[in-house]
Amino acid sequence: MKHKNLALFEQVMHGIFFFCGFVTIAFVCFISVYLIISGLPAIREIGIIDFLFGTTWASTASEPKFGILPFILTSIYGTAGAIVIGVPIGFMTAVFLSKVAPKRLAGIIRSAVDLLAGIPSVVYGLVGMIVLVPFIRVFFHLPDGATMLAAIFVLSIMILPSIISVSETALNAVPKEYEEASLALGATEIETYFRVSIPAAKSGIAAAIVLGIGRAIGEAMAIIMVAGNVANMPSLFSSVRFLTTAIASEMSYSSGLQRQALFSIALVLFLFIMLINVLLNLLLKKKTK
Amino acid sequence: MEKTKSMKRILYDKILRFLLYFCAFITSAFLVVIVGYIFYRGLGHVTWQLLTTSPSFLSDSIGILPNIMNTLYLIFATLLLVLPLGVGAAIYLTEYAKNRRLVGLIEFATETLTGIPSILYGLVGMLFFAQFLSLGTSLLAGCLTLVIMILPTIVRTTQESIKTVPQTYREGSLGLGSGKWHMVRTVVIPSAIDGIVTGCILSVGRIVGESAALLFTAGSASVLSDFVKAMQSSGATLSVALYMYTMERGKVDIGFAIAAILMILTFFINLSAKLLGKKLKQKHG
Repeated sequence: MKHKNLALFEQVMHGIFFFCGFVTIAFVCFISVYLIISGLPAIREIGIIDFLFGTTWASTASEPKFGILPFILTSIYGTAGAIVIGVPIGFMTAVFLSKVAPKRLAGIIRSAVDLLAGIPSVVYGLVGMIVLVPFIRVFFHLPDGATMLAAIFVLSIMILPSIISVSETALNAVPKEYEEASLALGATEIETYFRVSIPAAKSGIAAAIVLGIGRAIGEAMAIIMVAGNVANMPSLFSSVRFLTTAIASEMSYSSGLQRQALFSIALVLFLFIMLINVLLNLLLKKKTK
Repeated sequence: MEKTKSMKRILYDKILRFLLYFCAFITSAFLVVIVGYIFYRGLGHVTWQLLTTSPSFLSDSIGILPNIMNTLYLIFATLLLVLPLGVGAAIYLTEYAKNRRLVGLIEFATETLTGIPSILYGLVGMLFFAQFLSLGTSLLAGCLTLVIMILPTIVRTTQESIKTVPQTYREGSLGLGSGKWHMVRTVVIPSAIDGIVTGCILSVGRIVGESAALLFTAGSASVLSDFVKAMQSSGATLSVALYMYTMERGKVDIGFAIAAILMILTFFINLSAKLLGKKLKQKHG
């Protein structure tokens, strides 16, 4: 009799654990479905072409226009800019940490990188707003320093930690024999790192870049504080609005079609992120093979 | 007779070596400058009065005690919900699941959750928890949103530390006649406990730093109340308060004071996560 109870109990526990595991899948489905359902109505009403390729966003005008091309392009340009600045610095730092640095120095810099990763985004935004924005205004003689350029700088610092830690892991995983063989053939250390280790770790490094893109495109609070938030077409020295900041800046007072259009922006952002996720997964899978 | 390297190779070597040092220096310099500036502007404004009072329009003073309390409430409530769920999921993945496709699917799901930006969590949380479930803009809605957001962190760290539990422990336990759950409870969970704690610390870090997911779910009020009441009403955490004070009310000094506090918290959170990680490595390495 006791035996039967025990078997039943084990099954119940199995069920509970299965539920916990299943919950993650449920969450993903739930978020996807929710974003799609709430995002579609406005797109249908505005028309997908007008919505995605319209160049004016005037949500509160008497004849409102909902074109999100400025946001899409701003997000793409801003992310690209952050990658152009952030990837070389982060990547070189990773090579330094993985190959060149003395153990103790590497430990200190690693802690610094971890701390950079832990700084809340509003804090980045605050420092950017008070230090960087005035600096850009004075340096480039602009009427206002809250520009795309400021956002790019802030983003490139914010993506550094993810780029550094993922590339470092990839570089550390390069088999020692490769490097030893190269050194034995007479290559210098630096030549070995750049011509042997880095090519061997390239899919991990690609994963680091994709992760950085994901971080940059999804960041909201830091850039809402430095990018000026005007729905202009993107340019380096003008005030711009990203996909994320477009949602954040109007959500609190929006209603009706305007509100639904914000959900549609979220859907577009979500699709971008899913695309990046799939890419990241493919890259990481390739690495393990 | 020694063959010298060509000039070009020496130059290549020198330049790249310099760049490596230079970039590592820049990365560290960013941190030093940011932290230094925050402390320079902020620490002077961190007063006893700021830390221990509520904001008052009567005496025209600002205190962040409600925000500190809200942050603590949120950490407590979120961990309370996410821990069983996340640890359970990790145990399922490592101990129970037999179907490899299902494991792959669950792992893909956790990775996807990690990649979703917090502003989207905020939006879904607002639509579903605050409006559809009519919890209103409240700490509870914020807490439930954060549960979804933090779940992957707990699952991953727990899973990693469970993986280091030697298979022989499990076999020993099962061989002595214990049931599966008994084995999990007495062998797997105790051995994985430092991984779970590390996960908690990382989660605390994320909760403390989060703003986009909380702004529209947990709201931005700064009123002091007890746990039960606070969960049902709008409340700003420290990060959200930083945003509100600087962007909506133009009180940059208060913003820097909060930033300095956040930096100190981040420092301690990182330090404890690191120490624990080291301990974990020693034990299993």
